[in-house]
Amino acid sequence: MVDIEKIRNFSIVAHIDHGKSTLADRLIQSTNTVADRDMKEQLLDSMDIERERGITIKANTVRIDYTASNGEKYVLNLIDTPGHVDFAYEVSRSMRAVEGSLLVVDSTQGVEAQTLANVYQAIDADHEIVPVLNKIDLPASDCERVSEQIEDVIGIDASEALEVSAKSGLGIQETLEAIVTKLPHPKGERNSPLKAMLVDSWYDAYLGVVVLVRIMDGVLEKGDKIKMFSNGSVHTVDRIGVFRPEMQSTEQLGPGEIGFITASIKQVRDTRVGDTITHEKKGAEEPLPGFNPSQPVVFCGLFPVDSSEFEDLRDAIEKLALNDASFSFEMETSAALGFGFRCGFLGLLHLEVIRDRIEREYDIELITTAPSVIYHIYMKDSSCIELHNPADMPDLSKVDHLEEPRIKATILVPDDYLGDVLKLCQDRRGIQEDLTYAGSRAMVVYDLPLNEVVFDFYDRLKSVTKGYASFDYQMTGYRQDNLVKMSILVNEEPVDALSIMVHRDRAEMRGRAMCEKLKDLIPRHMFKIPIQAAIGGKVIARETLAALRKDVTAKCYGGDATRKRKLLDKQKAGKKRMRQFGKVDIPQEAFISALKMDG
Amino acid sequence: MNEIKRVSEKTSNRILNSVFFGGGTPSLIEPSIIGDVLNEIQKHWKTKNNFEVTLEANPGSVDAKNFKAYKEAGVNRTSMGIQSLNTKDLKALGRTHTVEEALAAFEIARQNFKAVSFDLIYARQNQNINQWEKELSLALSLEASHMSLYQLTIEQGTAFGDRYNRGLLKGLPNDDTSADMYDLTLSLCEDRGLVSYEVSNYAHQGYESIHNLIYWRYGDYIGIGPGAHGRLTIDGKKYATETVLSPEAWLKKVECDGSGESNSVVLTDQQQAAEFVMMGLRLKEGINYQRFKNLSGSAFSKTKLNFLKDLNLIEEKDGYIATTNSGRKVLNSVLTELLN
Repeated sequence: MVDIEKIRNFSIVAHIDHGKSTLADRLIQSTNTVADRDMKEQLLDSMDIERERGITIKANTVRIDYTASNGEKYVLNLIDTPGHVDFAYEVSRSMRAVEGSLLVVDSTQGVEAQTLANVYQAIDADHEIVPVLNKIDLPASDCERVSEQIEDVIGIDASEALEVSAKSGLGIQETLEAIVTKLPHPKGERNSPLKAMLVDSWYDAYLGVVVLVRIMDGVLEKGDKIKMFSNGSVHTVDRIGVFRPEMQSTEQLGPGEIGFITASIKQVRDTRVGDTITHEKKGAEEPLPGFNPSQPVVFCGLFPVDSSEFEDLRDAIEKLALNDASFSFEMETSAALGFGFRCGFLGLLHLEVIRDRIEREYDIELITTAPSVIYHIYMKDSSCIELHNPADMPDLSKVDHLEEPRIKATILVPDDYLGDVLKLCQDRRGIQEDLTYAGSRAMVVYDLPLNEVVFDFYDRLKSVTKGYASFDYQMTGYRQDNLVKMSILVNEEPVDALSIMVHRDRAEMRGRAMCEKLKDLIPRHMFKIPIQAAIGGKVIARETLAALRKDVTAKCYGGDATRKRKLLDKQKAGKKRMRQFGKVDIPQEAFISALKMDG
Repeated sequence: MNEIKRVSEKTSNRILNSVFFGGGTPSLIEPSIIGDVLNEIQKHWKTKNNFEVTLEANPGSVDAKNFKAYKEAGVNRTSMGIQSLNTKDLKALGRTHTVEEALAAFEIARQNFKAVSFDLIYARQNQNINQWEKELSLALSLEASHMSLYQLTIEQGTAFGDRYNRGLLKGLPNDDTSADMYDLTLSLCEDRGLVSYEVSNYAHQGYESIHNLIYWRYGDYIGIGPGAHGRLTIDGKKYATETVLSPEAWLKKVECDGSGESNSVVLTDQQQAAEFVMMGLRLKEGINYQRFKNLSGSAFSKTKLNFLKDLNLIEEKDGYIATTNSGRKVLNSVLTELLN
């Protein structure tokens, strides 16, 4: 049993690359939680994709024993939270599980938009926040300026900010002391009915579903019968323990503690992040507040490049969904692409992560269709339909009006690039809400339609600001607008996988851009190919791909016959990577590339 | 000599149309050896009346000195790798001869051989259509009876293709310009009475390469020497043969095993049909449709044929299917369509 006053639970808030994982590594290492020989970088990020992209997708946790300078022994629980906006709900749950945060800011860079979004969540969760200025070993480090910025932009006291170099180990001891002295201990009643928050869960091949919990009140022991508040399901706890960071069994978990349980739960779907766990008998009457499972907001079609791999794709998607309650899928049939799945994601990063995992872990090449948001279609008979796929757009004569989701986007950008950012937001139908300065950096807040952002907004933003802008957003609600479905016809035939929803005023421009793009993406054929964009029956843009004029091997003699025949066979195989529409072959990458906007 | 003997054992009853000394720089061989080889060949096979013996030659002065001796050894046709009539481009192509040397060598060749052909490469890097027109006009003024005019094409899976993919080949004409250059070549040659009898080969009637026509008409041929390929029908089966590529290894293998052959496989009917179409459609005369049906056991799909006819890429006439001038330019696509 751990004395609740000797527990400190905390998370680390940081922008990508500001050194969150390195700091976590140092804290673990300097307290000898992990033997030096077992140490590796980004210890807490267990997925390859996490390490590669330098992001955290699943919440991870580690329990650290620390003897403070006052001689007392403390238990420090670090929850490493996902930093990305797509996982905002998961972050908010993790935040509720701890009492304080280290706000890590790169002292060579300053505050970024993502830092802001996460730090506001920490503030919302009533955290005590300890600012940490990292990378002070670098020549470009400017602690004074960044401290001022933290005070200006975030509005918290940075006068006692810790100066740290996680890389070289400088300031780590001070950080551990600050965690003990500045952060409050958790509060909870040992004798109250059990209330444990489900912080995260994942599937382990040997143990089944592992649930990360924070005990608020009461005591959880091995063998207890527990009940999930959201669905009333009952399970028996068969294993209980803490992460150091590998699993270590314990007998019980008391108030303020963070640990794991396994309870023969089959699917991660049965464990919803934010849910309250209590005892089946004599349990708590009320759940913890704030349970609100996240819903997918971005949808796209995933189709196997090789249509014979459809069953493999189904298998992969089902397995991934077991471990990810926020990812939804249903079968989709496309005239163009054959059988596949329409999948829902929390955001673009989530989409990319799932797609990468299918391609890598299951070795299935995918065609990804244009991401779409959920439109609300109000019919003339006053019913309302949720549209996830432009191909399903109902007959216009029956539609009264459409509503689309909007977001509030916060962008932090150096002065020099402000003009480009404003133009980009304006081009994407944005409405400026706020523009303030903090030193030489501007903070712009825009009201933007989500559909203008889901595809390549972030890429464009990075490119127009040479990577200096940071961006974050939250959903704000739905608003009516003049939206239409634009179809693309290749060689007079509509290609359903290329149809998109677009604002009427931007339709011509988008249509022209897509036709031009496709003209470059589709290889020349033996005949000329018209490429058209149309709204309903009306063509609004048109390009013509000229016929192929030259495609012949110059020299072919007796010694070339075998090689040439094999080359022809290879071309047949190459054609598999294309999709055929009538007589036209469209390369798989065209479906996504055609949508990218360059200017 | 051993190899000639080895291959002849299975084929001695057949009549030989032609011999081609090619690949690398055959004109480095002593004329006396050429004579010995031809003698050996004639010991094993009967030869046709208009027996064609071609020697590939470099247009340098060294080779030209031997032309008379080659003629006496039995060579009656030469194919010269002139490549370009522009000294600067010759250097860029890695050739050691100059334009003057090439022209002089061509004159000597013409005095010695009944038929003389030469090669040029066009659609080269930084070459525009006007430059090519000038160069080709100069070439035509030499009044050769046969010319091989190759476009520099980038094929995937070759060293050139890799260079191209890595962005190392700049200044190549685009597809449209190459097509225009090809059209220009065709019309200038035809003005001079040179028929485009194959994708890249132009000849006055009666001066087509007998030897190369065998390849394109999918006849039998024997490959002798390192890295040589053959197609040989024995007992009703068509064999694709191959010999060891490196000269040292080939020599060793011939001495030790009594054979330089590294591979010999029986081609399936489908493979034969594919090769027959692939080679035959390079020719203006096209392919005998009945022979295709006999080989593959089936006809082309009517829809495919009509599709290609409607696009004016192929035509069917007197039992032959042939590519049109525009069809020959996009032959790879036509083949993919027909053979899939």
